[in-house]
Amino acid sequence: MNLYEQQAANRRKTWLIMSAFVVFLLLIGAGFDVFYIGEAGGFVPVGSLLALSVGSVSSLVSYYAGDRAVLLATAAKPVDALAAGASADERLKLQQLTNVVDEMAIAAGIPAPRAYVVPDSDPNAFATGRGPGRSSIAVTQGLLDALDREELQGVIAHEMSHIRNLDVRLMTIVAALVGTAALLSEWARRGMLSGGGGSSSSGRRSSRDKDSGGGGAVMLVFFVIWAIAILAAPFVVQALAMMVSRKREYLADASGAELTRNPLGLARALEKIESAVAPTQSINRGSAHLCITDPLGRQVNLKEGFWSDLFASHPPMPARIAALRDMAYQGRTA
Amino acid sequence: MIVIIFLVIVALLAFWIIGSYNRLVGMKNQVLNGWRQIDVQLKRRHDLIPNLVNAVKGSMDFERDTLTAVMEARAKALTATGPADAAQKEGQLTQALGRLIAVAENYPTLRSNENVRALMEELTGTENKVGFARQFYNDIATKYNTAQQVFPTNLFAAALGFKSAELFEITNEAEREVPVVDLSRK
Repeated sequence: MNLYEQQAANRRKTWLIMSAFVVFLLLIGAGFDVFYIGEAGGFVPVGSLLALSVGSVSSLVSYYAGDRAVLLATAAKPVDALAAGASADERLKLQQLTNVVDEMAIAAGIPAPRAYVVPDSDPNAFATGRGPGRSSIAVTQGLLDALDREELQGVIAHEMSHIRNLDVRLMTIVAALVGTAALLSEWARRGMLSGGGGSSSSGRRSSRDKDSGGGGAVMLVFFVIWAIAILAAPFVVQALAMMVSRKREYLADASGAELTRNPLGLARALEKIESAVAPTQSINRGSAHLCITDPLGRQVNLKEGFWSDLFASHPPMPARIAALRDMAYQGRTA
Repeated sequence: MIVIIFLVIVALLAFWIIGSYNRLVGMKNQVLNGWRQIDVQLKRRHDLIPNLVNAVKGSMDFERDTLTAVMEARAKALTATGPADAAQKEGQLTQALGRLIAVAENYPTLRSNENVRALMEELTGTENKVGFARQFYNDIATKYNTAQQVFPTNLFAAALGFKSAELFEITNEAEREVPVVDLSRK
């Protein structure tokens, strides 16, 4: 898998997930039309239209506010703002970060993303945004303190690859859709539990009166599917996001090494990051898949296999380091 | 019937040539843009050097030769035209700078000077940016050249006015050994 295949795969996944989301919106809306509104609304599918419009608006807003929300949640500060009140040593580090981000943007041939620092002593880094030119890279203070210039370059190259490969855009879209799906299914659940109950059964009864018994069974199946969709939607999308996450990390390591032409820099950085096992406090579960290493420090990331593929956001660190060292070895003999 | 087949073949051929032409134009502009990126970084480097030389001049009085070599190489680099020429002259500048930095490493007062450290970091950053811009430029220039040279595009690429792009290459063996420019090491 190379950069262009990954970009194409990400575009394809983006379309797939967005289509699945539209189907989900229609399902929720149609359910309302059939079970709650029935003939009362005439033949205008009020529920479907409402679900579609609320869903689209909510997703668009979350999509465009997504990177700001993540940066805000982690309390990340832009480098320029920090440099003003910093000591000479800190200022040098920040200057180094800005330079390294610019260097890697040049190597990747994309506009330089903005650089942020998260006030957290555990080494970690993430990228967020809506694609090349509209993205940000944030590193924790701990990462800045622990790594030398070469290692920092490796980490930034990894994040730059996520931006260039469109991983970051896909993740922002997924996050926006997960949020909207959670919101809508919450509304729908409340609708089901409260006043909706009576009208729901009457709606079903009236249709059963008209149709034969077979029609009623079809309605029942549809109702079950509808209920399951509402309850399970957020988890399904989340699992989808996790499943695409692991392979991407290997690819970002590899294409990051291609940018720096120095796989050992990132390998050493990963070793240092791994040796600091403490969870990153300021990065919550919602942004875990964006990070260079799992901020939650979960055991599931240490294993390969089906369950890990389902629930872990990152491949095992030793495997990543070994892959990078292999690259360096090949580079030397070639 | 034969006429129709002939016309279809001609039309397909024309479409294909138009497509190839447009693709080559796109790549040519990418190459030009890549070169401009190198140029921007080289200019930054040229602007930075006098500042650095001024900052270290006081402490390195008896290393005047090293400093003059840097300033002379810089003056020469300013006159460069085209990638190949620039690559050669910038290579000499890189060498002179490498010597300057190696010498400066021996002066503890310079190493601990905040201003000099900031300038050194800027210089390291700029050197790296030149390097990465060159890497990016050479990659797309090679793709552009390959696109022109493969059969059958090579039959008409030259006739349509496409020339192969000059690579930004280091010619002198000694220049390949990039000196370690890192005072910020922990």
